[in-house]
Amino acid sequence: MEPLIHFAPYTGWVFPNETVFEWTVLLAVYPYLTGLVAGAFTVSSLYQVFKFERLKPVAHLALLTSLACMLFVPLPLLLHLGHPERAFNAMITPHLTSAMAMFGFFATFYVVLLMLEIWFAYRPYIVEQAQTRKDLLGKVYQLLTLGSYDVSERSLEHDRKWVFWLAVAGIPGAHGLHGYVGFLFGSLKSREWWSSDLMPVIFLFSAIISGVSLLIVLYVISCWLRKIPVDLACLKGLAYTVWAFIMVALVLEGLEFANIVYKGREGVEMIMQYVEGPLLVPYFVLQFAVGAIFPMLLLSYMIWRGTTGTPLITGVTLSACLVLFSVFMMRWNVVIGGQEISKTGKGLLSYHLPFLGQEGALMAIILCLAPFVVLLGMIRLFPPWEDHGTGAVPAAA
Amino acid sequence: MKNDTDLASAARRRFLNGIGLAVTATGAVAGAGALGLAGIASAKTDAARPGGSFPTEKYDWNKHRWGFGVDVNKCIGCLRCVEACKAENHVPRNAHQFRTWVERYVHIEGEEAMRVDSHQDPVNIKASGSEAQYRFADRYKGAKVDKAFFLPKLCNQCSNPACVQVCPVGATYKTVDGVVLVDDTRCIGCRYCVQACPYGARYFDEKRGVPDKCTWCYHRITKGLQPACVEACPTGSRVFGDMLDRQSPISLFVRNNHVQVLKPESGNSPNVFYLGLDKEVS
Repeated sequence: MEPLIHFAPYTGWVFPNETVFEWTVLLAVYPYLTGLVAGAFTVSSLYQVFKFERLKPVAHLALLTSLACMLFVPLPLLLHLGHPERAFNAMITPHLTSAMAMFGFFATFYVVLLMLEIWFAYRPYIVEQAQTRKDLLGKVYQLLTLGSYDVSERSLEHDRKWVFWLAVAGIPGAHGLHGYVGFLFGSLKSREWWSSDLMPVIFLFSAIISGVSLLIVLYVISCWLRKIPVDLACLKGLAYTVWAFIMVALVLEGLEFANIVYKGREGVEMIMQYVEGPLLVPYFVLQFAVGAIFPMLLLSYMIWRGTTGTPLITGVTLSACLVLFSVFMMRWNVVIGGQEISKTGKGLLSYHLPFLGQEGALMAIILCLAPFVVLLGMIRLFPPWEDHGTGAVPAAA
Repeated sequence: MKNDTDLASAARRRFLNGIGLAVTATGAVAGAGALGLAGIASAKTDAARPGGSFPTEKYDWNKHRWGFGVDVNKCIGCLRCVEACKAENHVPRNAHQFRTWVERYVHIEGEEAMRVDSHQDPVNIKASGSEAQYRFADRYKGAKVDKAFFLPKLCNQCSNPACVQVCPVGATYKTVDGVVLVDDTRCIGCRYCVQACPYGARYFDEKRGVPDKCTWCYHRITKGLQPACVEACPTGSRVFGDMLDRQSPISLFVRNNHVQVLKPESGNSPNVFYLGLDKEVS
């Protein structure tokens, strides 16, 4: 039988109660998924609100991806709770001084917003399917019409306005949701590694690059599976977005680290010992060098050289995969890293990730992959491709 | 002869009886006096009424403001407090979960930093022979020790508790009489409070799915009893009482000494007052 107490080895002096890691890998998966939600939504908004026409091929895929990931955001938290059956206490009787109390409301608001936006964006397609299909799925589409079969130009114009304004509301919604996740950590004064005003902004920018990178990967895979050429203008648009935001994310992370070192408050010696020791590979090598600086240089090179065709697709996809990995490492280094530095400022702990179990590596992998299984189903129901004749609502003029 | 012997024997009996009576009477008076005195002394920290089940009937939390003091100079590291706390509060008998613990600080000649350990340290657990028993191993035997002291720690029942601030459902709350409690029936087990506490005073009870922490033995103090650790401390290192009573041990302790608190910069405003804190303590 699995032991109840997962004791963590340590060096130096740590408080006795600290020798059990309370926030595990699932708490790293939670902000990771939330970040993908916010990032994917950014792509959708760039098209719907800011009229980045070249992103049109992925605009609807972005919406569906955002919703698929969002549906799984609460799961790592629920799996982690000591009493998941009481989770709704946070919404029924929220304790308003708690940063965590707002999660349920933010998440619900955002899920509803996404569902509404998807419904308006796909209404013509839903109506068409409801009227043409005679099978069981036809019944599903009939239900999804919510009784509205009006696809007149006036009605579609109305839909476009709704999509536009929901996308506008979704920008602060999605980004607020993720900035808020950063605040959950940044507002805790008990840990020097977390306690930072920059934390919400860092989370936000890393979220954007992770979501856009995810769309790059999904788009390239979808083109490959559907045996259609990749729209290079669209891919370049996504690559520019990653390139621009990755620089901001890097500067912010650099500033954050410089702040800790330069301020040199109590316990900084232990932090330095940590980053130069156990964190050297996960932080400097994996998160920064491999996952952020290399993709940025690669993208810069390709933009400078005007790379196109297959090399562009390969380069951008590789960069996107590395960025996705880097952002996960960032979540890991914040959540697990923060706990590996003792609150005493005089000791270091080491987290052991079990493979099996409710909070093990396998569960984390399943949680990270599950949204894409759901996304596959969503794509069947609501094809996001332009060439599919979906009749989906284009961006408002 | 016989009469003389009888007379002497009778006199002896009377004398012994007299002494016996005197001793008994003195004992009774002394005992009564001691009990009375004890009554008066403990009344300084007594709650409204003794006895009764928890929550104590007629206990008025508006009339008390509990406080805790630690005289670092008096602690001998015997760990009776830790044992008493584990037994009284059903704290899991392992080396990773404590409501109260004692730290040992040792400065060895020639070394820059002090060495710190606690009874949960593997070396100390090896010395005790079990994770359920606690003692400090004699690990510095033969070393040239410049300075050494023991430091008991427990929940600081802060006036601005970070754990209460972050609880998303209000399951952890501050009572009017100054203690931070956890409502096990409301807690969702997110462990945000465990992360937020700068003192490491909380642990998560995986069996019950909720965090646990020192309550200054709230079930005892509301019945007029001392916290278990205070009662078990053989040197009087731990001081407890009602801050609203100017003559209570804690009021006198705070008033008559220059006391300090742990991590004052946290803004939590802790309510465990230390006498004899060293700069090395974090």
